[in-house]
Amino acid sequence: MAEAASPSPAPKSWDLNPLLKVDHLSMRFGGLVAVGDVSFRAGRGEVTAVIGPNGAGKTTVFNCITGFYKPSTGRLALMQGCPATDAELDALTCGGLASARTAAGTTYLLERLADHKVSSRAKVARTFQNIRLFAGMTVLENLLVAQHMSLTQAGLINPAALLNLPSWRRQQKQAVDHALYWLDKIALTARADDPAGDLPYGDQRRLEIARAMCTRPALLCLDEPAAGLNPRESLELNTLLLAIRAEHETSILLIEHDMSVVMGISDHVVVLEYGRKIADGTPQEVRNDPKVIASYLGVEDEEEVEAVAGVHA
Amino acid sequence: MDIFLQQLINGLTLGSIYGLIAIGYTMVFGIIGMVNFAHGDVFMVSAFIGLICVLLLTTVIGISSIFLILAITLVVAMVFTGLVSWAIERVAYRPLRGSFRLAPMISAIGMSIFLSNFVQVAQGPRNKPLPPMVPDVIVLMERNGYQVTLAYKQIIIMAVTAGLLFGFWWLVQKTPLGRAQRACEQDRKMAALLGINVDRTISLTFVIGAALAAVAGVMYLMYYGVVNFADGFVPGVKAFTAAVLGGIGSLPGAVLGGLLIGLIETFWSAYFSIEYKDVAAFSILVVVLIFMPQGLLGRPEVEKV
Repeated sequence: MAEAASPSPAPKSWDLNPLLKVDHLSMRFGGLVAVGDVSFRAGRGEVTAVIGPNGAGKTTVFNCITGFYKPSTGRLALMQGCPATDAELDALTCGGLASARTAAGTTYLLERLADHKVSSRAKVARTFQNIRLFAGMTVLENLLVAQHMSLTQAGLINPAALLNLPSWRRQQKQAVDHALYWLDKIALTARADDPAGDLPYGDQRRLEIARAMCTRPALLCLDEPAAGLNPRESLELNTLLLAIRAEHETSILLIEHDMSVVMGISDHVVVLEYGRKIADGTPQEVRNDPKVIASYLGVEDEEEVEAVAGVHA
Repeated sequence: MDIFLQQLINGLTLGSIYGLIAIGYTMVFGIIGMVNFAHGDVFMVSAFIGLICVLLLTTVIGISSIFLILAITLVVAMVFTGLVSWAIERVAYRPLRGSFRLAPMISAIGMSIFLSNFVQVAQGPRNKPLPPMVPDVIVLMERNGYQVTLAYKQIIIMAVTAGLLFGFWWLVQKTPLGRAQRACEQDRKMAALLGINVDRTISLTFVIGAALAAVAGVMYLMYYGVVNFADGFVPGVKAFTAAVLGGIGSLPGAVLGGLLIGLIETFWSAYFSIEYKDVAAFSILVVVLIFMPQGLLGRPEVEKV
């Protein structure tokens, strides 16, 4: 069992090779400070969980990262390819640009990108606490919409599409194949042509994750993916997320209350309370952190004690 | 029977024109929830663009093939009307997006007045006539001196409409652009988060709607041979009625509604009184709104959370 917050910790993997650097992020709504001065890193190829009591600002952090909100202050740097140095980041921040390309990779300042570019350029995808599928479109179409950018090559009308050129047909076939690949992953191939709104709840959750994955994201943000799932569905979700981490170059950022999911699959846990970060470390470090136990894991809440006990066992 | 057949032909022709305009209303409503009151005037502007184009082609360039003239005029009208509509959306509606619901609607009414006034000043207030373009008719049957005729121009109107609707259906159902439009229609924010440029999708929706209205405008000009700055209003409102009748937001509904309004209007004129044809058409709107607020093919309103 690791010691909680040792005085001179060894450098963490997420500090050495971060994909996302969140620095001094604050979000105010009028007088309410939803998120105050939060900084953390999400490691490349890792699963980072953001936990905390209800109202701690977890979803607000997500909304800032995915372009849903423009943060009041702070910097959200997503580094594709290779992490940028602090000096490079500061230079980018002081200049007016939203992205900088180096030989090693491209860095995006998410707070400066238009909402659709957070997905199409910076390759950040997300799911929602309340499912937001296109209920009236078929399961397959939901996955094809997510590949809009690669199909149209940054425009809406592709001349090759109008002329039905072979290159276009090939591209379209690739898109459908990619969608079918993910349908197979989530075991919904048989329902490809059904309206997405007709699927059972658990299937809709997995479809939403598959849709996000169809954008070929560098960072996948999942907002309470296990909410409302029964234990069997929750297990299927864990399998899916572990498969994503193992087989794809996608890092995962996760908000979750279900401690069996958090402890089971995450490499790194960030704990928020009242909009501030109170702990940050490996699952073991966080689980033994007295501040986290006092504010979140607690002792009164039976369900969570059980959940944590289940992980210990 | 012979009168019935004749009116059926006339009604379907008129209905095709209404249907083409109605698609513009219903698409824009579907994607941004706004009634684009300027759409009727965009239709009128397209008829003027068509008029100018035909006159230039016949007098300045001197093309004599009527089908070549029509084809060029259609393309020119679609392109220029699309540009006009794109500019209107960019200037008058996009800055108001996210504002309160009535703001873009009032802006649309303003745009409507601006367009008809501009054409009145630029082109003069009188009717602008065009020499008959396709005068030939086919006599289908003759009885007691009453001829049932099918004019070539009616065939052109129905054929072009059918062809366009097929192409349009393909665009919406099968292409990435159509998928993006349907996604924006359901959840604009989510579509943006999947990398779809929502603003551009909305712009293109306006352009496509205007292009269809431009076809309707050229057809109208060819059919009646005359156009006037005030001609946007009544056909525009009737096409809007058609969209509501078919179920606003529903594309097949817009076409069905257009055909029905066209048929009602011509049959009313033939069997009852021509003076009251507009009353008949708008009474339909009132009745539909009372008894079937979602229209013939519309989905019942679902509150979004």
